[in-house]
Amino acid sequence: MNGAGKILTDSGVITWRNVMNVRRNPEWLLGATLFPIMFVLMFAYVFGGAIGGPGGDSGQYREFLIAGIFAQTVAFNSSYTVIGFANDLQKGIIDRFRSLPMSRLAVILGRTTADQVLSLVVLFVMSICGLLIGWRIRGSVLDAILGYLMILLFAFALSWVGAYIGLVSRSVEVANSAGLIWMFPLTFISSAFVPQESLPGVLGTIADWNPFTAAVNATRDLFGNASPAGWAAPSGWPADNAALYAVLSSVAIIAIFAPLATARYRKVASR
Amino acid sequence: MSESDRGMGGQSGVAVRARGLVKSYGSTRALDGVDLEIPTGQVLGLLGPNGAGKTTTVRILTTLLRPDEGEAEVAGHDVLADPDGVRRSIGLSGQYAAVDENLTGFENLYLVGRLYGKRKAEARERARELLRRFQLDEAGDRPAKGYSGGMRRRLDLAGALVAEPSVVVLDEPTTGLDPRGRIDMWEVIEQLVATGATVLLTTQYLEEADRLADSIVVIDKGKVIARGTADELKAQIGGERLNLVVAEQEQIPAAVRVLESVGTSEATVDEHSRRVEVLVDTGPKALVEALRLLDAERVTVQDVGLHRPTLDDVFLALTGHGAEEEVPAS
Ligand SMILES: Nc1ncnc2c1ncn2[C@@H]1O[C@H](COP(=O)(O)OP(=O)(O)OP(=O)(O)O)[C@@H](O)[C@H]1O
Ligand SMILES: [Mg+2]
Repeated sequence: MNGAGKILTDSGVITWRNVMNVRRNPEWLLGATLFPIMFVLMFAYVFGGAIGGPGGDSGQYREFLIAGIFAQTVAFNSSYTVIGFANDLQKGIIDRFRSLPMSRLAVILGRTTADQVLSLVVLFVMSICGLLIGWRIRGSVLDAILGYLMILLFAFALSWVGAYIGLVSRSVEVANSAGLIWMFPLTFISSAFVPQESLPGVLGTIADWNPFTAAVNATRDLFGNASPAGWAAPSGWPADNAALYAVLSSVAIIAIFAPLATARYRKVASR
Repeated sequence: MSESDRGMGGQSGVAVRARGLVKSYGSTRALDGVDLEIPTGQVLGLLGPNGAGKTTTVRILTTLLRPDEGEAEVAGHDVLADPDGVRRSIGLSGQYAAVDENLTGFENLYLVGRLYGKRKAEARERARELLRRFQLDEAGDRPAKGYSGGMRRRLDLAGALVAEPSVVVLDEPTTGLDPRGRIDMWEVIEQLVATGATVLLTTQYLEEADRLADSIVVIDKGKVIARGTADELKAQIGGERLNLVVAEQEQIPAAVRVLESVGTSEATVDEHSRRVEVLVDTGPKALVEALRLLDAERVTVQDVGLHRPTLDDVFLALTGHGAEEEVPAS
């Protein structure tokens, strides 16, 4: 079998293995969906009135919110990638894989792909939740599909970062927190939950250039969801070219972290 | 690979050859110049206490770790220059069973088969065959989570054999098993050897190396301290042990005098059990002579025995500490 073919079949096999792992532990899915549903309800009903503006239309805010929550949820799924690798390392499964004549890249690609299968399931549940609180897709079906693909691509990119973190973590405990901690600034210093223009000074600049902001803005746009009336529209190159910027940064993240993670995998020792 | 391809090791029928392996972790020299060689189709027992460097040797030979110095060849492939060639020829069962607990036994083996490049039907068939061979067919469709330690170990070993490798590496295959599990595992390994595979087996149990290995390499603190067959190692500490138990405490000095006159070492005495022991190199002749002299001195002998040294004795003689004792801080 040629090299590329072997990478794809091996990745497929590893993806199957990881998806089977989730199927045998449905409670993981429960955790992965309950958390974001909780988030939707919190933001929509607890903060919604305040952020939506005085007497603001919290229905509009909820519609604005959904793309941000979707993106945040799948971004957080990269922590499953981290924990997955940390566990496989601890259990000696990575040693077994490394002693096989299989593609090195496939072990990581199979994991990052399987984690997007998880993301798909979660997105489905969340879409239903969104529809229940009044969110609607206002654009075309094609645009909506592109919107979903946008966040999946971004989540896939983050998953490679997660793979690297998982492979450098010294223990499952370390991996647990290392996989989550960076998610908070990444997803909160952004346009996911608040008016982008409301963020002060440096935070505003970070939010403007945060690839996560771009992914959220692009998705929001593709869903045809507007910001609540009266919010200042963000400006600047990343805001004007959100989709392009989001895709470029996703590709860049993969281009950086795929080689890093693969190089780490080659050397990593179990335990 | 088919069974008939077995034994295609390097030239001159050597399946595994390592020279001058050195590996340091910070200031710990885990391996300090290890050489070993396994003729095709033979079993080498790598014997050593905790921290001796067994796993480090295994990891280098299975391409999981690069040595700082030295070279190694497995089934004719250099571990550094052609690691994929090595991986195609070996099966590894690591020190801790690498079993995916969420998959069934069958799925675990199917997974490994597919990753070796087998087609789906072939991988399935091989998985079933191995489950039968390792008496896991009944549990085969249950998640491995519920398996006992012995079952996990067997499943892990089955995983190492999926591609019928010509060289099989087993890192402490029986550690943590109960006596029953250990005997089952020995039988499995003996069957494996009967099919002609070359086996590198690490163990802390002298008894295990004695039973399974054609030759033994003893390592301690990263260095080879002895090598040879079990018999050769036993011979290294010289002859046999003659021991006897006398009836009365007062007879011990006489017994010591007699035994030292026929033996080659100083006698060791255990006052409490009234046991006296000495090394001899003439075997039964020394025994007969000793009994004659003791009779002449009117010493009543309650029990007498002549036995070959155990590998534990060898270990004690070679390292100054028992195999399972903590290594004294040096
Ligand atoms: N990753 C590592 N980092 C630091 N030191 C290590 C590492 N791996 C092994 N060592 C050290 O190298 C030495 C040899 O370890 P190794 O695991 O090869 O021993 P072993 O003979 O397999 O012991 P055991 O019977 O406990 O499995 C030990 O002193 C160990 O502490
Ligand atoms: Mg070990």
